[in-house]
Order: sequence, then structure tokens, then C-alpha cells
Amino acid sequence: MAVMTLIEAVNSALDHELGQDDRVLVFGEDVGLNGGVFRATIGLQEKYGEERCFDTPLSECGIIGTAIGMALYGLRPVPEIQFLDFIYPAFDQIVSEAAKMRYRSGAEYSCAMVIRSPYGGGIRGGHYHSQSTEALFCHTPGLKVVIPSTPADTKGLLISSIRDEDPVLFLEPKRIYRSNSVKDEVPDGEYTVPLGKGRIVREGSDCTVVAWGAMIEICMQAATELEKTGKSIEIVDPRTLVPLDEQIILDSVKKTGRFCAVYEAPKTGGFGGEIAAIVAEKAIEYLEGPISRVAGFDVPFPYSLEGIYMPDVRRVVHGICKTFSW
Amino acid sequence: MSKHTDKNTATSGSPTSGSPLLSVMDANGKAQRSKDPGLAREELLELYRCMLTTRIMEDRALNLQRQGRIGFYVPCLGQEASHIGTAYALKDTDWLFPAYRQAGILILRAVPLQQIVDQWYGNDGDICKGRQMPVHYSFRSAHIVSISSPIGTQLTQATGVGMAAKYRGDDTVAMSYCGDGGTSENDFHAALNFAGVYQAPVVFVVENNQWAISVPLEKQTASETMASKGEAYGIPGIRVDGNDVLAVYQVAKEAVDRARRGGGPTLIETLTYRMGPHSSSDDPTRYREQAEVDAWARKDPIDRFRKYLKAKKVWTQEIEDKIQKDATDAMNAAVKKSESKKAPSVSSMFEDVFLDMPKQLEEQRDDLLSLGDVQAKKIGDFPL
Repeated sequence: MAVMTLIEAVNSALDHELGQDDRVLVFGEDVGLNGGVFRATIGLQEKYGEERCFDTPLSECGIIGTAIGMALYGLRPVPEIQFLDFIYPAFDQIVSEAAKMRYRSGAEYSCAMVIRSPYGGGIRGGHYHSQSTEALFCHTPGLKVVIPSTPADTKGLLISSIRDEDPVLFLEPKRIYRSNSVKDEVPDGEYTVPLGKGRIVREGSDCTVVAWGAMIEICMQAATELEKTGKSIEIVDPRTLVPLDEQIILDSVKKTGRFCAVYEAPKTGGFGGEIAAIVAEKAIEYLEGPISRVAGFDVPFPYSLEGIYMPDVRRVVHGICKTFSW
Repeated sequence: MSKHTDKNTATSGSPTSGSPLLSVMDANGKAQRSKDPGLAREELLELYRCMLTTRIMEDRALNLQRQGRIGFYVPCLGQEASHIGTAYALKDTDWLFPAYRQAGILILRAVPLQQIVDQWYGNDGDICKGRQMPVHYSFRSAHIVSISSPIGTQLTQATGVGMAAKYRGDDTVAMSYCGDGGTSENDFHAALNFAGVYQAPVVFVVENNQWAISVPLEKQTASETMASKGEAYGIPGIRVDGNDVLAVYQVAKEAVDRARRGGGPTLIETLTYRMGPHSSSDDPTRYREQAEVDAWARKDPIDRFRKYLKAKKVWTQEIEDKIQKDATDAMNAAVKKSESKKAPSVSSMFEDVFLDMPKQLEEQRDDLLSLGDVQAKKIGDFPL
């Protein structure tokens, strides 16, 4: 076991897979010599050579389109999109091509590939280095969406994603890339966490909070706060939004009788709303209070007022309390 | 807006500066001996058979569509030489990334006609399981990659296959197709740019048929020629008479050989004409003159090649009749069989989204099937 930051765990997973599978190629803008603008791929070109880890022209559409070709040919491309906010030139390739290839070809072709991309706010990045648009991709059949929140999960989920037979969008919460409080032990060598299995981050008996990525830490702090007032909060991290571990969420709600979704994305149409709908469809008879959502606002991601836009401890506490009193 | 019309459209067939229009045969199918690629008799006949069979198949497809028996069709009428000639330069193991207007490559790669027709009907014999509109084929056994409707997306993928083949040390070449409209897409730029940077073994064929649905060439680009676009990416751009199957083959052969030797990508512009509508849903009389169509009809690639073969004493009426009869008989049999097949099963709609079906999808399927008698409507039922 080594203690790692979340971004070191990304590097460790890529290193492991490059080392054991010559089908794996890592590439994108600045990922080679520079090791990525966040240093996720540092040292990999040096270790595996320019053939396995390389810089590309500045074209998201080209990065993903060529990655699809490589996947069709039988390789395991792991392209990086520098910021999720820059992914749109490749949206057509992801949504119309990678996600539909297996289905539309009657399973003759498939696209086993992992698109890594840092996402989320909290780094003073303004509109274009901050957004959480995971819901856009969850709405696309054929694409898996994975979001880790700890270094160990990052390694385990990334390795599982690379070995998965379908395309995966692997979203890395960049706000906690180097967070000391998130820094933790990561198993050495071979380590996988299955896609589609959530985890209970914190056990509690009075309200279920579902969150992912950098929001987990905020929710933990809110739970500690609420503990003082006698409210016991259970936190569930689904780890993969597609496929979603509904069972772990429903079991928790059935136990606690309350539900709150916390997500950074604009509130309307956010994936927390989808989870709320599942809870309402399948466990409404267990609910003792209204469902609550704490999310970003329905505004473009603001620069100066980022701290107000992002769900913080105060707003999460406020949102959870709505499930108790109405 | 007429300033480009006598450049790229080249109705006179005369070469333009920078990218001369290469041809082997003249309008009467007479080949210049120094340029003739010297294909053997069997090779010439194979090219001719593919072109003629494609035309017979498409004629039937459009009739089926007009009778409401299949839902849609995209004809390649007039462009047979352009894609059959280019693809003929490949080995069978090379990859093809067609757009939706290259039916001739299916015949060339010997895709069973039944599989083609089943795809039109979207029945339970269709390899794509009835999930896509007609002509959006996938034929892995023929190294033909699944076709989609968004324009140009296959181009970057072809570059990716070239990059992968190069990484693996394989001598595979990828050939991709788009039309003149496709050259305006992001993917065209990205595909040529990446292919140039990584020297990927890819051949990009732009079938310049001069119309992108209703938009004429001069509104598509201000470039002198499509071939000239290669220069911007540091790759050779060649312009060839797309209705001259021998010239097309010759140019493609050089490009494919160069790619296979490690010499990198090539852009080929085949100058041709879309004789038919964009698709069965389109009415070209709304936007173009019949005189233009008539002028191109006189340059028909099959008529021209037949004249060449006749002069070479390779063509005979018996050969013509046999190709016609074989293709027609095969079509009749395939259509009959396709129409006797069932629609895909309802539960197949939920399969192949992922390798393993997620629980949510199982649940949606089971909920639907719990309604009891859930049946797809009869296939081959497309009221006009």
C-alpha cells in the first residue's frame, strides 16, 4: 500500500495497464512529454515510449475519432480530453459513433476505450474549466460513466474501465486531484473495483445522501455537522452513474426513510434528479419526508461567485434538513 | 457566385492548374496506351461485373422503395467507377470506411446479396438486427465498418485504424470515403491532419459528385479543387476523372502502395456526378437543371468502360446478358426470401447496447414484455 493523491492514482492505474497490456495507448493534448496539464500522465512517455504515450494535434474530434478507429482495430485507447468543458468537438464521435457502434452493427464492432477527463468546479476555472456535464453523457445509451472520489477507487475503477468491453467516460474530480484530505492508501499492483457497484461512504440511519466526485467530501463534512444535532446521515457514492447501482441506493433509503441528492451540475436535468425519480418510483412508501436536491444553479458556471454556486456544507445541511421538516 | 463554376465542376473535363484531372479513357472509352494500367482480362471483367451488378441492384432497390416495400434508399448511380475503382486497389484484408453512397464496394467485396437485401428490410436476418435505416450496413467479414448518417465521422476513424495498424506493424491500409459536402466537416480536417502528422496508411477518397443534397459545389468550398486541400495537411492530393474506372484504379493503386510502404496518406478527389437524387426522399428537380444531368449522362462510367472493353474485344453480348441475368435472378431470389422473414424480436431491441445488459435495461424489457402480446409491425410495410 502506498499513500497517493487522486491524480497519482490515475497515473498508477495507467502505468499498470500500459505495463501489462500492449493494446493500451495513452494520448491527448500535452499528455506526452509534458505529462498532461495536471500531470496525470507524467513519466509514462519516458517509461513506455512515444508509441504508447503521445501528444496529439489540438483537436478533440480528432482525438476521439482516431481513438474509435484504434478501438475498432482491437487496441485499448485511453485518450485524455484536457477539460470536460472542451469535449464538445468530440461529442458527435462519442454520442453518434462510440456509444452506438456495438448496437448499430449488430455487435459486429465495438469500441472498448476510456475517455479520461477532469471535470467539476472549485479551481477558479470559470465557465470553461469547471462544469459538471455528466448528465449529458448519462443520457446516451451505450456509454458508461464512471466518477471516482478516492485514490483507491480511482485506480480500481480506471483499471476496470480500461478492461471493459464498452466505451467509458471516466470523469476525474479535478478539485480533489491533490487534496490532502482525500489522499489515501492505494493497493499496489493489480487492483480493480467493478463498474456498477456503489459504496457506502458513511453509515447512518436517518437520511440517505447520494453524491459523487468532489461532493463526497462536502457531504461528509455536512454529516459531521448534522451529527451534532442528532441526525445520522448515510452517504452513498454510486461510483458509476452508468450502469447505476440502484440497489445500494434503494436499500439505504428503505433503511433511513429519507433521501437527498447532491450534485455540482445545474439543478434541472442533473443526474441527481434521475436518482430521485428512481427513489420515488421504487421506494416512495419508505419515505418519511420529501425528496431533496442540492445542486448547482441553472446558470452558466460563474467565475467570481464560484464559491456561492458550488454546493457547500451550509447548503448541503440546509438541503438535508428539508427532508426532516416540511 | 458563378466564379468557381468552371473550375471544380470541370464540365469540359479539362485539367485545371495545380491539380490536373487524370484520365485514361476518353469519352468513347479509347485509352491512351501509355496510361493504361494493363489489367488482365479477368480483372477488367470483374470491375465491369461489379459496376453493372451494382446498377442492377440499385435499380431494384429504388423500385422497392417506391412500392413501399423498403423504407429508404440512397443510390450511387453514376458513381460506380469512382468507388469500385478505388476499392479494387486494396487487398481483401484492408479496411473500408464507406459513407452511405458506395454500394459498389459491397459487390466488390462479395458481400452475400441476401445480407444486403435483409439489411434494407431490417428483418431478423439483418446483421444489424433491424436497427438502422437501409444502406447503413456493417459487414465485418468484408472489413467494411458500420456506416452512420452523420457526415464525415468515418474519416477520423479510418485514420485511427491506420495509426493502429502502423503501431502493430501490420501492412493494413484503411480507405475512407466522403462526398464533396463531407470535406466541410470537422472530421475531414482532423482526419487529414492526424493522418499527415502520424503518417498513417490511409487513403481518403472524396467522391466529388458536385451536390450535397441541394447545395452545389461552388457553395461548398472556395478551394480550386478538392485535391488541393491535401496540400494544407502536407499530404499528396490527386484529382482523377471519377467516371474513368481505369484512371481511378491507377491513382488508387499508387496511393495504396505508397501507404503500404510506409509513405503515408493520400487524398484522392474523384470528379463525378450524382445522377440520382440524394436519397429516395429527395427531389432534385427542385434545385438543378435537367440539362446538367443529361450532360453527365453522356459520360456514364459503365457505358464508357463497355466501349473500352468492346474495343479490346473483352466484352461480348453474352457476357453482358449473363451479368444481367445473374444479377436479376439473384435479386429476385433475395427479395423473395427477405420478404418471407420476420421482424427482429422485440427483446432484441434491448440487446447489444452494452456487452452485458445492465439491470435497468432488463427491467425495462421485462416491463414491456409483461404487456403480453407485444409484436413488431410487419416488415416491408412502409406506406408512402
